[in-house]
Amino acid sequence: MALPLVAAFAIPLISRAGPRVRNTFSLVIFSLIAFLVAILAVDIHTVGIHVYTFGATLPELALPGGYTVPVRIMFEVDGMSIFMGLIITTVTLAALIYSLHFLKGQTGQARFYSLMMLLYAGMMGLAFTGDMFNMFVFLEIASIAGAGLAAYRTNMADAVEGGFKYIVISAVSALLVLFAIGILYAQYNVLSIAALAHYMQYTTLDMMALGLLAGAFTMKLAGVPLHMWAPDTYTVAPAGTTPMILAASYTCMYALYRVTFTMYGGLINTTAIGWVVIIVGVLSMFVGVMMAVHQTDIKRMMAYHAISQGGYMLLGVGVGLAVLADPVALANYGRDAINGGIFHIINHVFYKALLFMTAEAIFFRIGTRDTNKMGGLARNMKWTAAFYIIGALAISGIPPLNGFASKLLIYESVLKFNPVLSVIAMFVSLVTLASFAKVFYSAFTGPEMPAYKEVREVPKSMIIGMGILAACVIFFGIFPGLIVDTIVAPATEALINQTPYINAVMGAVP
Amino acid sequence: MMEYIPLNFPFLAAALLAGVAFYIIIFKRNLIKLIMGIAILASGVNLFLVALGYRAGGNAPIYTDVPEGTMVLPVPQALTLTSIVINVAVLALMLTMVIHIYRHTGDIDAKKSRRLKG
Repeated sequence: MALPLVAAFAIPLISRAGPRVRNTFSLVIFSLIAFLVAILAVDIHTVGIHVYTFGATLPELALPGGYTVPVRIMFEVDGMSIFMGLIITTVTLAALIYSLHFLKGQTGQARFYSLMMLLYAGMMGLAFTGDMFNMFVFLEIASIAGAGLAAYRTNMADAVEGGFKYIVISAVSALLVLFAIGILYAQYNVLSIAALAHYMQYTTLDMMALGLLAGAFTMKLAGVPLHMWAPDTYTVAPAGTTPMILAASYTCMYALYRVTFTMYGGLINTTAIGWVVIIVGVLSMFVGVMMAVHQTDIKRMMAYHAISQGGYMLLGVGVGLAVLADPVALANYGRDAINGGIFHIINHVFYKALLFMTAEAIFFRIGTRDTNKMGGLARNMKWTAAFYIIGALAISGIPPLNGFASKLLIYESVLKFNPVLSVIAMFVSLVTLASFAKVFYSAFTGPEMPAYKEVREVPKSMIIGMGILAACVIFFGIFPGLIVDTIVAPATEALINQTPYINAVMGAVP
Repeated sequence: MMEYIPLNFPFLAAALLAGVAFYIIIFKRNLIKLIMGIAILASGVNLFLVALGYRAGGNAPIYTDVPEGTMVLPVPQALTLTSIVINVAVLALMLTMVIHIYRHTGDIDAKKSRRLKG
């Protein structure tokens, strides 16, 4: 965990030795991190929840002798956290490889890699932390780094504007989170999530805190009433970082789930909260896709689709949350709904990152994002066109790609819960297919345009970056059962049953 | 009843600050004013945190040479310090971005300098 932070601050120093050294260093250090995360993932799935307490004599010692509350800062990693960790690590690896060539000729590259590592560290911290205040700190780290990356191309006015919107939204939502943390601390005098869940009384003040937290995280994950920043920021962020900012949004979604399921799990009226989540989800789905259809800017269109796909995740998990208190319904379809919602996070991040990267590849070569000005690009950019087709089919839920696997889970379970919602979800999926097909025809097919005769395929590192994601998309589509069983089901289990998470820290306390 | 009023006062002030801040953030179009709104919101939250930890007549929570009596809670103070530091960074970043926006568009009115639409 500390490794990306150290790497972030070491990169400007190392880049004095030359760009080649810096690129190699970033790659090597990140491969090492990815390897460590993979080991941790295997360990968690075989052994169980890990608790790492900073400054204790033994890392497992969450409660110091004689204390009944955890006083030290700790990380607590369970199935859901490591699931997010795997997503973030894969996307960052692909983004890093992609950026190696993309950035050629730009200034301030050393700072770019530093910010990338900082953003990674912030997201991983957010996913792994077992402590509310550190959640706030990592949220801010991720926001600052994300805004810096979004506004990286400061020579373009719209880039700065997108970055500015992101930082304003992040700052306001982070302060709301801090306010909620203050309310919780005032009542229970603890900050650890497990301890809070242990002592939770669910008073009026707790409800206020839940409202603040939910509002703040919805703002960050671009749920529909609060989604205005997302298209701007996603559009202008340089390639490689758009997928990471996307991943940061879903890390906030993770934080929302962590708070609602783990902290408030046994106490809230889950049916009502579940319906709120469902309504936000359906609204996001519908409004997102409707705004996307008429966009001519290719990345802006994809950004609106990102909002719409976020709605699917909320829908799936919302249905699960609504039937959490009902064991029969939960076993029947609730668990599948949550599985679908969570599986959709990983699928969506992969194919949407792939799509954003193809869009940036086009921008890299022809210098425009306007779909009306493109045409006949498939002749010269064969790889990019192929990756775009894979991504576009996956997002529309066409078998055998991964979008189909998770959407099918959502459709089936939601159909049992409420058929109308399922019909809306399918309709949104159709519109998605239509709008991606439209862009495909205008950008890649058609007669060769004289202006783009000399356009060449993008450099190798960008193809490799996109290739990693495309391979994941296809692999997840062909073996959905394998993926659901190995990494999604533990995450769902961790959400539904919060007792192990609490006991890992508070086990000794009666 | 009277002795509770001075203790509650900081909470009311914090709520007031937050309310003013939200008004500014939502309704003001000048980007610098927007940033000031966020700064006010940050002060409100910080005041709230410090007020939480205050115990009437408490001492500073330092364990060497400790005088008699209650201490104020140290944790909220640590939280506040961290939050102040973070907010300084955020505000500085926002101000640099406004400088860039001003250079590109010659205006810091959110309506006029807006380039991204739809």
